[in-house]
This record gives sequence, C-alpha cells and structure tokens, in this order.
Amino acid sequence: MSRQASGFKAWVIQRVTAVYIALFVIYAMVHFAVSAPADVVAWRAWIASPVVSMALLLFFAALLMHAWIGIRDVLIDYVHPLSLRVVVLSAFATALIGTGLWVAQVIFLVRVAG
Amino acid sequence: MNATTKRPVFLDLFRIKLPAAGIMSIVHRITGVLMIFATPVLVWLLDRSVSSADGFAGVAAFLGSGAGLLLVFLGLWAVFHHLFAGLRYLLIDMDVGVDKPLFQQTALAVLVSAPVVAAIVTGVLR
Repeated sequence: MSRQASGFKAWVIQRVTAVYIALFVIYAMVHFAVSAPADVVAWRAWIASPVVSMALLLFFAALLMHAWIGIRDVLIDYVHPLSLRVVVLSAFATALIGTGLWVAQVIFLVRVAG
Repeated sequence: MNATTKRPVFLDLFRIKLPAAGIMSIVHRITGVLMIFATPVLVWLLDRSVSSADGFAGVAAFLGSGAGLLLVFLGLWAVFHHLFAGLRYLLIDMDVGVDKPLFQQTALAVLVSAPVVAAIVTGVLR
C-alpha cells in the first residue's frame, strides 16, 4: 500500500479526497440546517436515495483514504522503531478497513430496504 | 547523522516561542488524529440512528442533550479547524499567502475562526 501511495501520488490523493470531503460535509450541514429529518422513516429515505447513498459511500471511502495517508505521515514522523511502526500502522489499517466495511454494510442495508 | 551533532541545540521549551502558523499546524495534526478516533463513533451513531424508531430517538436525544451538544461543538471545532487549515495549505500550494505577514495572519485567522464558526453551526443545527 505504501509503495502504491507514496510521495507525489499520496500528496495528490490527500488533496483530491480533501476537496470531496469538504464539499460533502458542507452539503450535509446545509441539508441538516434546512431540513433535518423528523423521524427514522425520513432519515432512512434520505440515505436510501440513489444519489445520497452513493455520495455517502464515496464520502466514507475518501475519508478513510485521507485518514490512512494522514495517520501514516504522523506515525512515520513520531514512531521510529520499525517493528513498533509496523504494528501501529497495521492496527490503524485494520481499524480503518473495518470501519469502512461496517459503514458500507449500514448504507447498503438501508438502500436495499428502501 | 554524526556530522550534524556539533550544531548548537536550543530546546528550552519554556523560552521557545512557537508562532501562530506552528500552533495552527500542530492543531491540524491533532484534530486529524482525533477525528480518526471519532469516525467509528460517527458510524456507530449512524448505525443506531437507522436501526429503528427507538434508535433514532435515542441518538437524537443524546445529540440534543448538554453532553451531546458539547461533543457536537468540539467535533465541529475539529472539523472547521482541519478544513480551514487545509484550505490555507491548498492556497499555499498555489503560491497564495506564502510570505511572512500574510502567512502568519492566515494561520491566526484559522485558529480564531474555527471555534467561532463551530459555535454558530452548533447553534443553527440544534
């Protein structure tokens, strides 16, 4: 992974994901400010709509990629013993992938149920 | 590495003054790491809120409570600090605000505006 997302490529990914995350967060805040869901039915209907469910999946994908590159930069700066670095990086990678699978499952289930 | 050990080293942390851009930068890192730990919490709240009417009501009641609003405010503070600092870095990538007075002023603006905007948005969303 680090070889595929090293140097310039990681720098570009970090900026592209940042722009998408920023746009989605602003959209979500405006949506909640203007029309906050009144109940679970309205809330699920919003998430289940084709555009929102895709945008939400893409948001979490971008967020987890951005988090991975960010935490990797921080750990490479502060954790120097190689074995400890590998252990901590692996723990974060596992947690991030797990979080991604969890949220994808939540969104898919809402989408399928309608 | 041995060739550099003769350099003068001054690491008196009580007398080193970190400029605004330095404080903004380390807060950018700290908020990034904190938001990584907050992400599973966010997903858990999402999971609970779509699970049932009771789950939705529980999450809504928590977010509307005093402790919930404080967490929302702190979370939004982290989001806006990270967002504004990130926008500043994007501008610096495009050679905007690289030089000294503006470089420090924009860093100060990020530090000050993030909690203010977070408080306003918390008030709007509650």
